[in-house]
Amino acid sequence: MSDYNMSHLDELEAEGIYVLREVAAQFERPAILFSGGKDSICVTHLAKKAFAPARIPMPLVHIDTGHNFPETIQFRDDLVDSLGVQLIVGSVQDLIDRGEVAEETGFNASRNKIQTPTLISTIEAHQFDACVGGARRDEEKARAKERFFSHRDDFSQWDPKNQRPELWDLYNGKHQPGEHFRVFPLNNWTELDIWNYILRENIAIPSLYFAHERQVIRRAGQILAHSDYLNLRPEEQPESLQIRFRTLGGPDHHRCGRK
Amino acid sequence: MAQGLLRFITAGSVDDGKSTLIGRLLYDSKTIFEDQLVSIEEASAQRGTDGADLSLLTDGLRAEREQGITIDVAYRYFATPKRKFIIADAPGHIQYTRNMVTGASTADLAIILVDARAGLLEQTFRHSFITHLLGIKHMVVCVNKMDLVDWSEDRYNEILEEFRNFSSRLDVPDIRFIPISALKGDNVVDASDKMPWYEGPTLLHDLEHIHVAADRNLQDCRFPVQYVIRPQTDAHRDFRGYAGRVAGGVFKVGDEVLALPSGISSQVTSISIGEKSVDKAFPPQSVVMTLANDIDLSRGDMLVRENNQPESAQDLDVRICWLSDQPMRPGARFELRHTSREVKAVVKEVVYKLDINTLHRMEDDLTIGMNDIARVRIRTAAPVLVDDYRRNRSTGSFILVDPTTRLTVAAGVVYT
Repeated sequence: MSDYNMSHLDELEAEGIYVLREVAAQFERPAILFSGGKDSICVTHLAKKAFAPARIPMPLVHIDTGHNFPETIQFRDDLVDSLGVQLIVGSVQDLIDRGEVAEETGFNASRNKIQTPTLISTIEAHQFDACVGGARRDEEKARAKERFFSHRDDFSQWDPKNQRPELWDLYNGKHQPGEHFRVFPLNNWTELDIWNYILRENIAIPSLYFAHERQVIRRAGQILAHSDYLNLRPEEQPESLQIRFRTLGGPDHHRCGRK
Repeated sequence: MAQGLLRFITAGSVDDGKSTLIGRLLYDSKTIFEDQLVSIEEASAQRGTDGADLSLLTDGLRAEREQGITIDVAYRYFATPKRKFIIADAPGHIQYTRNMVTGASTADLAIILVDARAGLLEQTFRHSFITHLLGIKHMVVCVNKMDLVDWSEDRYNEILEEFRNFSSRLDVPDIRFIPISALKGDNVVDASDKMPWYEGPTLLHDLEHIHVAADRNLQDCRFPVQYVIRPQTDAHRDFRGYAGRVAGGVFKVGDEVLALPSGISSQVTSISIGEKSVDKAFPPQSVVMTLANDIDLSRGDMLVRENNQPESAQDLDVRICWLSDQPMRPGARFELRHTSREVKAVVKEVVYKLDINTLHRMEDDLTIGMNDIARVRIRTAAPVLVDDYRRNRSTGSFILVDPTTRLTVAAGVVYT
């Protein structure tokens, strides 16, 4: 019988691949939200496996804040090239320029919040009916009840009353015109699963995740990467530390861990 | 480290210590981050609790009631060097039957909590019955709050005896009992020194060691085609692969297979996971198969073996759990989703409704509302390829979708 045992990573992978194929089968205009962070890199890797030897049958969508480390953009472009998939960039800067959103000001100014309207306007412009993301249930308490197929109304809002019960692996992606789904193939993964899977599959990740020497500042118990996009307080002095990034993708306040 | 995966459900109501038990598993297995621990210690101190109130790790329920959000299944995660665990944490009250059904649908094992002071309650029967109905093969009955009955062996045996009388009517092959105190931590992760009369394993030991891979059906070959892969690139001009998740049996390269519903035979020429070729596929693997001849297979079709076929049926005898807050309208039409196939369906007859606390059949009141479990007869517009749910949880289960609202309104299991 032991021939038919699967490791937990094998099971999670099989589940993620199954969910991605359901997306391709059930939706007309699906897309993968690609932030450049490790979770969306994992989703993209699963998609590659799900549809091999064909190309991934949906575009990658990057919501670009314009505040990036050059490594992230280079990594994205290389990946898109190697996969032969379409890349769609939703630009936060464009929305700011058109006056549709206002940029935050002050020391903790970030473009994280104005990513959401940019995403919604990108979804509307391309009429996506499913957007696959790399979010996980274990990220925070509030996500513990998240669905694999998470319904959004025609204002892109999450309405708890409209969430469908999910039984077995029968996912219901039916929707009215204008509505769409967010889909989370990594729902059952933990952060440790992600790292173990990256290691096992030898998945390339941006060099920022590895320990390196970088100019950082310390603020409210966190270590933040010093960059042109971070407004310093008068008392804050950049210092050089051996660090690695814990989160990417939320591009303004990349959190670092100390080696 | 090749850990396996165990999915289990915990059923219980607010008072029987379910949140404390989950908190204890997370805490004693060292899955909690230091900052989480500090915050619950602070919150416990503010409330004047002795020690850390572990239920605070999982309890979002009170806040949800205040905000009027649907109470729902929450999924939680922890791991030991032996296994990774996915907990479906379902509220246990009667009006949440549909949540327990949802959580149980993917579980390999159910933990049933019994308060040692109160003994078996209505909800114990309800939770055990849902475990049985959803085809879970392993049940661990945790007799909790043993600290409040002076760690009494007599009390424990009394509860066991009563439970065994009732559970002989259930089709759950593996039922175990453990006396615990989730609050004090006895027999959850660490063995208790208060109950020397109990010589069995701790709860975590059982969770780590119960063998579940054999629960999957490895006899009846079932491969529902989920998606057809046709690269149409220069490198793979003529490639046509059938992607799907194995729902039963073991498929090997070289096997003769039969495509349903067409009835055309072929041979498996390759099996792959991503770009890697493998020589066999078994549940719940997601693979791509290629066949020797070019037969026209599409989503919703199924590959099986000629001498072992599912039933092709349009009239189904099923048990359903109604999930929608709108009652079922007699004669209403639905879209029935079964494996990767979707067909139109109508409920022809409600045979009986079940009182899930007493298991009595109610044949007078046949209106079906939220949380009701009923035996009904369904007629589908085209045949579906089904197995008895007790033999195969994948090919024996389905959902009903309302064609107007597009919501999932019922979940069902097929008895053949």
